[in-house]
Amino acid sequence: MVKKRIIPCLDIKNGRTVKGVNFEELRDAGDPVELAKYYSKMGADELVFLDITATQEGRKTMIDMVLKVASEIDIPFTVGGGISSVDDAAALLRAGADKISVNSSAVRNPKLIRELSDKFGNQCVVLAVDAKLIDDEWIVFLSGGKIQTDLKLFNWVKDAVELGAGEILFTSMDHDGTKNGFAVLALEKVAKMVSVPIIASGGCGLKEHFLDVFKSGNIDAALAASVFHFGEIEIPYLKEYLKENKINVRI
Amino acid sequence: MIVAIIDYGSGNVFSVSSALKRLGVEAIITSDATIIKSADAVIFPGVGHAKAAMEQLKVKGLDKLIPTLTQPFLGICLGMQLMCSYTEEGDVDCLDIFSGVKVRKFIDAPKIPHMGWNTLMNGKSIFLEDNADVYFVHSYFVSLNEFTISEVEYGSKFTASMKKNNFYGCQFHPEKSGEAGGKMIAKFLGLVTNEIKN
Repeated sequence: MVKKRIIPCLDIKNGRTVKGVNFEELRDAGDPVELAKYYSKMGADELVFLDITATQEGRKTMIDMVLKVASEIDIPFTVGGGISSVDDAAALLRAGADKISVNSSAVRNPKLIRELSDKFGNQCVVLAVDAKLIDDEWIVFLSGGKIQTDLKLFNWVKDAVELGAGEILFTSMDHDGTKNGFAVLALEKVAKMVSVPIIASGGCGLKEHFLDVFKSGNIDAALAASVFHFGEIEIPYLKEYLKENKINVRI
Repeated sequence: MIVAIIDYGSGNVFSVSSALKRLGVEAIITSDATIIKSADAVIFPGVGHAKAAMEQLKVKGLDKLIPTLTQPFLGICLGMQLMCSYTEEGDVDCLDIFSGVKVRKFIDAPKIPHMGWNTLMNGKSIFLEDNADVYFVHSYFVSLNEFTISEVEYGSKFTASMKKNNFYGCQFHPEKSGEAGGKMIAKFLGLVTNEIKN
């Protein structure tokens, strides 16, 4: 059966990794290509690059970065951040990205999901969604969690999959940064509602949190940033631990 | 060695050419029949929709050329599916290299697309190693058939790779399958130099 995936997420600003920490093996943790290579060697199953640059110039840098990553890395990777048209996506996919993720732009223009999946196939289109529990309802937020919407998480995810999203990357803002574990209950609910793969994001601090999220079998992948970047969890050990606990991972 | 990667507007050609480059082989990305014919090996990638892909092949006359090729030939993902007789994706007839083999949509798979790393089983060719974990991403599949040389399980068992004479096809992406995938591409190229026989 298909393996559970471990996905380090790299934030990119003006072509450089943000929050990167220098591992012994690395000459420059700010270089996304080097960091990507490092994670790939450590056994990451996939990578996500999130462009947090706001400027047009930064966008061009992003395409250069994608070209470099694609020429050196032999595992799949997703690029997200600021993709608001088919042309934006086409440029990144042409440069070698395997998937693109959309977040705020898809909420503002849901048709974009359909356009992207018609053009590139739904396996290329990841819907990233940030949500927060407010009065017992999971509410969708935009722009990196700055803007609250009226959208309810579960409705939005369902609509997005119908429109053509091939994978869901759900970040719980309540859990993100806490290191207290993933939002397992909400993730399970998302997974039961749609038939596409689900990536859990936000909240992991310990290897046990990965086990918690994978235990039921309904969640397909787990994404994390700082626990990997700061070397708090090393991927080879994490995978050994998961394997010992009967989670099907790629060693 | 000259390796041609068929460019018909439907493949992730850059990732495939990068994978070759990492093995020290500079590939030619082309839709030119003469170049493809004279290459030592041909790679036929594919991402996207089968119907649009077949139309593009017809526009370029490659639908007639490909089945006549005699050098080592490797179809990847949609490329492999297009080497079959027919696909339910867009209800189109394909290249009919794997005669009688039909590509069908997943029905009882746990989740669609089948996305991620999965393990090859019952490999019958040295070129596609047994027990290797490789990267899959697809919503249509090929049942086990007379040409199958490795299997994978997702809901049920189906074809991970196929072979007929000089024609190889794999449902997974060797160019995205880390070290295991790189080894497979190297072995495929070994068919050209006769270092690998199978």
